[in-house]
Formats: sequence, structure tokens, C-alpha cells
Amino acid sequence: MISQILFIAITLAAIALFSFNLKKVIRNIKIGKAADRTDQPQKRLMTMIRVAFGQSKMVVRPIPAALHFVVYIGFVIINIEVLEIMIDGIFGTHRVFGGLGSLYNFLIGSFEILALGVWVGCAIFLIRRNILKLKRLNSPELKGWPKSDANYILITEILLMTAFLIMNAADAKLQALGAHHYITAGSFPVSQFLQNLLPASEGSLIAIERGCWWFHILGILAFLNYLPYSKHFHILFAFPNTYFSNLEPKGEFSNMQSVTNEVKAMLDPSFTPPEAEAGRFGAKDVNDLSWINLMNAYTCTECGRCTSVCPANITGKLLSPRKIMMDTRDRMEEVGKNIDKTGSGFDDGKSLIDNYITREEIWACTSCNACVQACPINIDPLAIITDLRRYAVMEESQAPSSINAMLGNIENNGAPWKYSPADRLNWAKEN
Amino acid sequence: MSEKLNIEVPTMAEMIARGEEPEILFWVGCAGSYDERAQKITRDICKILHHVGIKYAVLGTEESCTGDPAKRAGNEFLFQMQAMTNIEVLNGYNIKKIVTGCPHCFNTIKNEYPGLGGSYDVIHHTQLIQDLISEGKLKAEGGESFKGKKITYHDPCYLGRGNGVYEAPRKALEVLDAQLVEMKRCKSNGLCCGAGGAQMFKEPEKGNKDINIERIEEALETNPGIIAAGCPFCMTMLSDGVKMKEQNENVQVLDIAEITVRANGL
Repeated sequence: MISQILFIAITLAAIALFSFNLKKVIRNIKIGKAADRTDQPQKRLMTMIRVAFGQSKMVVRPIPAALHFVVYIGFVIINIEVLEIMIDGIFGTHRVFGGLGSLYNFLIGSFEILALGVWVGCAIFLIRRNILKLKRLNSPELKGWPKSDANYILITEILLMTAFLIMNAADAKLQALGAHHYITAGSFPVSQFLQNLLPASEGSLIAIERGCWWFHILGILAFLNYLPYSKHFHILFAFPNTYFSNLEPKGEFSNMQSVTNEVKAMLDPSFTPPEAEAGRFGAKDVNDLSWINLMNAYTCTECGRCTSVCPANITGKLLSPRKIMMDTRDRMEEVGKNIDKTGSGFDDGKSLIDNYITREEIWACTSCNACVQACPINIDPLAIITDLRRYAVMEESQAPSSINAMLGNIENNGAPWKYSPADRLNWAKEN
Repeated sequence: MSEKLNIEVPTMAEMIARGEEPEILFWVGCAGSYDERAQKITRDICKILHHVGIKYAVLGTEESCTGDPAKRAGNEFLFQMQAMTNIEVLNGYNIKKIVTGCPHCFNTIKNEYPGLGGSYDVIHHTQLIQDLISEGKLKAEGGESFKGKKITYHDPCYLGRGNGVYEAPRKALEVLDAQLVEMKRCKSNGLCCGAGGAQMFKEPEKGNKDINIERIEEALETNPGIIAAGCPFCMTMLSDGVKMKEQNENVQVLDIAEITVRANGL
């Protein structure tokens, strides 16, 4: 009875803490400007099913795709096991779904195989990161917390799967001993090989079984609360992120409505633009970006597929699309903390551009969309880069001088080069 | 090389004065108008249009920059000024269909002009060539033979990834009976030539190497006789790369339009 109360209390506390942090994350995302992405619901749903559920963009790299798929399926399916653990924990039952008989045996058997798969997958992931030191997973922006974060996630998953398998091994042994409370249920294709490693006495086995049970569920609850601090948040945000992703052609950049009004007024004096609140052109800080950009930042799992295909990055330039997303998230978190401390009007004198993302980075971009194409969950780093450029050019007039010359030529000659508009048809006459 | 243009290129103004309307407007673009290398491609597109008897016109001096480099550089004001001025001209002539040799113009007019009041049926010249091949109007006969020649095609970002056009340019090469080889990074995984996003007009940021060199090294790995392009900016970057690698004796960089003109003996 005490353990049930304890279990319920811990579970409720964990869910409450998670809800509290999730609310804060959503508040942070809402720092961003409004953007409407509610059109074409059917196409959006299909995109989410294909890209997030179906992992369709992962397959470009078959090895990590296969490993990730096992871990992903393991995560989704083993949640059925978590449901049983929750019910057992609340009502003090044991293997409450055991009555399902052969179906239950099949489920537990497949969970065990998946658990082994997850274990092996995570172990290979650790090796790729720390021993093989894959370039994509050892870039400068991953030093410190992002590197530890990735390792913590993988080690935790390995520990959770280990606990699950040892728990089953002890349980099977207890079932064989006919111990009280341990009904005969489940099949154990993987954990049977662990049984010999466990002690024979009923008391020790119960201690191990209960210990692993508690470790497993506490681990899951702790992991849940770790998510808001971690790149692992993608396991939740991948779904809304793909749903609200850009459905237009990648080459299409948004037309800024505020500019349209001003340009129309300039070209046609009789045009009166609708009243709009004075905003900034482009983005200096996270509050100038849209909520989509900010949700993208929380969704990014720092896999670096974007950076590894970025032509600027490949040729040694400072730009890394992954860093753009990480910087955006870091700055958003910082602004969020400022709001917590001093309210929304607070200005800490910092901004996303310059304090986080340098000019050199944004001017290295060729807008080729390789990063957008490569992202397995439809994140768009280019949209942020464009908005930062817009700020630099339209608010500050701080573009590289050759860019200013090009802009001047377009304005005066209708071409990015300094040629006379009168010569535009010369190609048809000269030979 | 495609040299003299022995055909009259009609402008919209002239056509309207004659009381005629073209089937399609050929949007030449700034590079196609002023860049010496790109002008050749422009003339070849005209030869194709003339050869198949499509009634077309150009805007001539009434054309202006679409605003693409301004927009990618972040100057939305200048972009929209350009866009609205161009839309006024296009709508004034009641233009319905546009073909262009520049993927940047193609993307901008096709995707970004509709929101500003300019909706047209826009195609890239490789799509036109694909259609003409399908209709049997272009046959890759009567001209230079490309049989067995090794050709690798470089996907322009704003045609490929930007708008999903991968097949049309390849179709134009398939009819040649040449040996098509793909680079490791091609189609949706293609590598930029380094000119997009207004990079064409500035020095690259510092790094280990220029992007066009990285690209040309990959292209040369396929050991091609011809590197095919579909964008005037890619043309500049790839040609420069071939020169830097001192391969211009062995490797030609040609636009799909130029290859088509040669194959058909136009």
C-alpha cells in the first residue's frame, strides 16, 4: 500500500513538473511572431504521417536510419509496457495484462527483442559519437553540453533497457519458483539468457525484480522531465513540427506584407495601407522570428545532417545550419529566463544576431536549401538566416559593400551589374 | 559555338504594334541579357523557339531584374519594387505564359510574383525542351552527334531542390544517346555552385576553398567530356572552376539549350 501511494505521488509530481516546463516552452515559442500554418490540413497530416511517423527522410543515410528506426519503434511499442507498469503501480497488481495469455506472451517477447535492439542501437550510436568520432557528430558547436546531452540520452536508454531485461529475468525465475504474487505470464526470449547471472534465493530475486521495476519507471519519469532541457525533445516536437512545416516550394521566400503595403503606397499615392503595428523589418532577436522558427529550434535534435550538406560548411566557412538552430534555442531560453525574472519588457542588451549568430555566418549562405532538404523533421534554418539578413540590410544598412553595390545597380539600372537598361537587347543585335 | 543570330527577335512592343499576341513571353533575365557567355545561351533559346515555330516575344528594354538577388540578400523593399514594376509591365501586355533560361527568374516569377498580383504559367527552358522532345518537334538529329560522349549534369538549386525540376533537363540529355553519368551529389542532394543567395555578387566568406571548386572537383571525378548546366550563374561558376583546374581543353561546360541547338543543327 505504501509503495502504491509513493508510486502515485511520484508519478503525479513528475507529470506536474513536466506540464510546468512544457508550458514554459510553449510560452517561449510564443515569444515569436504570429504565422498562419493551418491551411491544407489533410496535406499537413499526410506530411506528419510520412515524415515523423514514417521516418521517410531518415532513409537517406541507411545505417543511422536503421538504428534510429529500431530505437524509435522500441520507444513507441514499449510504451504499452509502460502502461502496464502504471496500472500495476497504482493498483498494486502484477503483470495485469497477463490474462491476455498467448497475446501477452507475444507482446512481452517482442518487447524483449526490441529492448535488445534499442540496447544495441544505442551502443552503436555511442561508438559512432565517441570512438569512431564521426565528423558530423563532433563539430565545434557540439562541444560541452550538447555532447554530454547526447551521451546522457544514450546511456540512459541503455540503462532503462538493461533494467527492463533484468527485471524480466528475475520475474521469470520467480515464476518458476512459484513465488507468491508472481503469476506465470510472459515469454522471455532475450532475458532468459540473463537468468543464470541472478541469485537463486527468492528474497534476492524479489529485491532485484522490484529494484529494476522502480528503476525502470522512475527512469522513464525522470527522462520525461529531462526532455525540456535536452535535444531529445524531438521525440515530442517532431510531430507538430512536421505538421506545421512549409508546404510551398523550397525556392519560394515569403513576401513581407508590411513591405508590400509600403511599396504599394510608394508606387500608387492613392493607396492607403491598412493600419499595422510598427514592427521591425527582419529579425534582430528571437521575438522578431515567427513561432515556427522557434518551434523548429526546440525540435532540432542536433543530428547535423543539415550542416554536413551545407556547401558553405563543407568548404570551411563559418556557417553551420545546425548552429543557427542551436543558437536560436539558446537565445530563446535566455529570453525566457529573463521574462521569468523580470517580466516581458526586460532588455538584456543582447540579441540573436551578433551575440549568438555572427554576420560572417549569415553572409556565407547560398540559400541553396540543402539544409532544409536534409532535415529529417522539416526544420528550416534558411528562414532564420533570411530574416537576419533582412534586419542587417533593411534596418541597419549593414551589408557587405559588394552587396550594397549590387543593390544600388538593381535600383538604378534594373540589373545587378552596372549596365545601361538601354543595352538590354544588345544580345539580339551583336554577334 | 552558337554564333550569329540570323533571326529577328520580336519585342512585345513591336508585336502589340502589329496587333499580334505571342504564345509565350521569353523572359531573358539580367545574366542572359548582359553576360557574354549567357548571351549565347539566350540566342540559342531563341533559335529553338524559332525552329519549332512558337510565336514568342521578349520585353527587351522593358524588362528589369526580377529582384531575386535583392530578396535573397534581404532587401525585401527593393525586391517588391522590382516585382511590382515588372508585374505592371507583364499584366499590361496581358502575358499568360513565360519561359526563362534562368532558374532564379523562374523561381521568383513562378512562386513569389503571384502574391504580389502577377500570376503566370512559368516554365524553365529545359521544361520547354522536354515538352518539344515529347511532342516530337525536337529530335536531336541533323546536327552534332553526342553519341557515347560522357555528360554529367549539374542541378541548379533553384530549379532542382527549389522547385523539384530534376527530370526535364535529363530528358533533354537522354535523347542524345550520350553516356550520362551522375555526380555523387545530384538531384535533391545536389551541391550548390556557390553563386546563389546573392553570393554571385560578393567575395565568398573565408574558408578552405571556394564552393565552385569543390563542385568542379566532384564533376571532374566523373571524367566528363561535357558538364551540362541549366543556369547562367552555374555556368559562370562551373566554367571558372574548369579554368582554375586547367581542364578547359578537355571539358566543355554547356547549357542544355546549347546542347539541344547543336544536336539539332540549328
